[in-house]
Amino acid sequence: MRYLPLTDAEREEMKRAIGIADVRELFTCIPSGQCRPPLGKLPKALSEPELLAVFREFGRRNGFAAALSFLGAGAHSHFIPEVVSYLSSKGEFLTPYTPYQPEVSQGSLQAIFEYQTMMAMLTGLDVANASLYDGASAAAEAVLLAVRRSGRSRVLLAESLHPEYAAVIRTYVQNLAIELVPVAVEGASGRVSVSDLRSQLDDATAAFVFQSPNFLGVVEDGKAIAAAVHERKAFAVQVVAEAMSLAYLTPPGEVGADMAVGEAQSFGLPLGFGGPYLGFMAVREEFMRQMPGRLVGETRDLDGQRGYVLTLSTREQHIKREKATSNICSNEAWCAMRAGMYLAVMGQAGLACAARACHLNAAYFVRQAAALAGIRVVYARNFFNEVLVEVRKGSAADLAAALKKKGILAGVPLAWFDAGQKNRLLLAFSELHDRAAIDRLLAAIGEAS
Amino acid sequence: MSHLPKLIFELSREGKIGCGLNEADVPAEPAVDAELRRGAIADFPQVSEVEIVRHYMALAKLNYSVDAGFYPLGSCTMKYNPKVNERLAAAEELQAHPYAPHDLVQGNLEIMARLEEWLVELTGMAGFTLTPAAGAHGEFAGMLVVRKYLQEKGDPRRVVLIPDSAHGTNPASAHFAGYEVREIASSANGTIGLAELRPHLTPDVAALMMTNPNTLGIFESDIMVVAEALHANGSLLYMDGANLNALLGIVRPGDLGVDVMHINLHKTFSTPHGGGGPGSGPVGVAANLLPYLPVPRVRKGGSGYEVVYDDPRSIGRVKNFYGHFLVIVRALAYLMALGRENVGRVAEDAVLNANYVRSQLQGLLDLPYKAPTLHEVVFSDSGLPVKTLDIAKRLLDYGVHPFTIYFPLIVHGAMMIEPTESESKETLDDFIAVMKVILGEARENPELLRQAPTRTPVRRLDETQAARKPVLRWRKGEVR
Repeated sequence: MRYLPLTDAEREEMKRAIGIADVRELFTCIPSGQCRPPLGKLPKALSEPELLAVFREFGRRNGFAAALSFLGAGAHSHFIPEVVSYLSSKGEFLTPYTPYQPEVSQGSLQAIFEYQTMMAMLTGLDVANASLYDGASAAAEAVLLAVRRSGRSRVLLAESLHPEYAAVIRTYVQNLAIELVPVAVEGASGRVSVSDLRSQLDDATAAFVFQSPNFLGVVEDGKAIAAAVHERKAFAVQVVAEAMSLAYLTPPGEVGADMAVGEAQSFGLPLGFGGPYLGFMAVREEFMRQMPGRLVGETRDLDGQRGYVLTLSTREQHIKREKATSNICSNEAWCAMRAGMYLAVMGQAGLACAARACHLNAAYFVRQAAALAGIRVVYARNFFNEVLVEVRKGSAADLAAALKKKGILAGVPLAWFDAGQKNRLLLAFSELHDRAAIDRLLAAIGEAS
Repeated sequence: MSHLPKLIFELSREGKIGCGLNEADVPAEPAVDAELRRGAIADFPQVSEVEIVRHYMALAKLNYSVDAGFYPLGSCTMKYNPKVNERLAAAEELQAHPYAPHDLVQGNLEIMARLEEWLVELTGMAGFTLTPAAGAHGEFAGMLVVRKYLQEKGDPRRVVLIPDSAHGTNPASAHFAGYEVREIASSANGTIGLAELRPHLTPDVAALMMTNPNTLGIFESDIMVVAEALHANGSLLYMDGANLNALLGIVRPGDLGVDVMHINLHKTFSTPHGGGGPGSGPVGVAANLLPYLPVPRVRKGGSGYEVVYDDPRSIGRVKNFYGHFLVIVRALAYLMALGRENVGRVAEDAVLNANYVRSQLQGLLDLPYKAPTLHEVVFSDSGLPVKTLDIAKRLLDYGVHPFTIYFPLIVHGAMMIEPTESESKETLDDFIAVMKVILGEARENPELLRQAPTRTPVRRLDETQAARKPVLRWRKGEVR
């Protein structure tokens, strides 16, 4: 077998050195009746060409590749410069272990330090960690951090949070003494109702978790939210499910958020059918020592040279066990490193250009869609790159199905998350679209509705 | 003048461009209020493409990796990562959007269904979820399943038992699932038997979390009677499958009475560690626990594969979307390359390699637990003139990544060596020869070890300083 380098002669030699005649002697510790199951349902070994053929066949059974896609809702298609794929696939970055031996891991450590810095700059906050699993689990970790830091147990969640994020938060806290309370969204603006927020905030409230741009595509009035939250000495936690928005909108730290968490898949990671992606967490300095996840810090070696290490590890499970700030061990290190590469290549100008194109394309769609009789754009201002539309007749699923026949994935029907939302469709735009593509979408909607 | 690479920010020069995108070809008419928009991101990198490539190439040279050499890290299973799997995971035709209509992603859903089916066959569990992002995430999901199951039976109970040799993630995961952790001392043989379990097996025990083989590389031979005793008490047996590599094709946890287990695809199933992730931590359960697995779940329906998003008995969702799909792709490819002919060979060679290393080093190093070794062997530094850390650092000078050190906690100055099946006899012989040289140096010139490493890009780093005054980001003009 090509992945196993030992020859039979070497195996014999090694057995003699150990003092056994048969390798089975090494397994006598296992209850004999249970040994060597038949495993008849496992496949037969495939050669490399056979393996490639089998996966080509899996690919052939997928049918999305040729479609013009406007799917988003937390997973976004963006341009990935070739440099990013080239560099990140190098074995020196792909195949190391966690950098617990910093003397031979400066490459990974420095790359993550650079990533942490860029995420702090993008979010306008002091410190970013080395990654969490994904946007949803990062939101759940932020809830736990807010509760830990405040000593309070009530957490308010905006109803305009991505439904999967809200679901993951509920899962994470289900056995902990944490009360989750919804905060309403104003139908007219699509924004958090600050009056409802004020009425829900009390002295037991640890945090308010809101998404901006929110799940309906709308950019929140973060300043008003943060002010209300801080009046009650609670923490404002901004969730960002589309990290590209950080390059276009006032960053969370500037609007007054205490923490920003979310999904950074947009920074150079392929759609990959949902993973692996990149959860990020950035916070004000006061949270640093209670943050979950790994952190890379700068220090000096014995000769006084600058170097990097994993630091503040007394927060972590391998030291603190059940008293750790999180159970996380393996994180998304390679994804974070790759995101760092992406951000470096895009640079100040390139990232701004991509983010601007995302918004301008969405804005163009919104203006042109006003002429369509079959749909209505629900929130025609203060969105970033996602637009919620209502179909006037039939269901959003019907419209999506009709457009699918024309080779267009028009958006995510909200019924995917909430069966009651039959007539709403969420569309996402990016720098990969151009005017012709959006015109094709508009024409197809015009014909279908 | 340091020979180390500058930070990307220190390479930045006003006006340099790394990526040329065109402006959008639609009118430049924003629809966001001006006060909601940001200006340029201050101090963000401006570096040319060629300089970025050289920057990362310079960083790459500073990294050790499996592609470069031997990684005997115990309980981490640093096996070779097959290259063809990278090509398969990068294939355009698999990069679907997670909310693409199901009829357009049948191939992807089949990939998940196949891996689940074959993990079931390999482990004897009744079903798996592929959603958890990593081993610890799997533990957490698994303990939530335990709790929900017991809750539905009327009492979630209060306590989870964890051996003193366990990974730190076990107690942390149990804690976040709402349990109180009670540690059990291992026997003199390093294992948990009825004698160790009984005194702790009170009516409020929800489960025992047992790693098997345990972190000493020893098979928990009493696992079946332990499972029986737990079940008689209304408690469950959770198996941490971090060390499953030793058992692949040899024995199935489900046949031993295990109720819940997780697998690390980035260990046993050869997916790359990526410098600390992404991993993937599928969780398998016995039949009575199937309804509680997290959503979403893929199943075969009348007209192809479909996805169940809601199930009132499920613990709920632990992650966005479907989990680490591209890790799942690599793991499936690995399993298909091995096939039923070779899965047992993986465990045999891994165990043979570990025992060979043990046979060659046991006269030179203290072996605190003498029970038969499976995939890894744990020595201690007792009787040596230097500490484990010094030996580990000296290994770096000889171009070998150190073994896991100071774990498990029950061994003084632990050196935990797991060679995996990926290593040739020559590599093991080289490692053994290096160890002999280092142990000789330890007797004759221990200072050499205490100063090690000296041949690496940097020497020992000041971790105390790093933690006392943390510098977690670069800032312009900040002099330290």
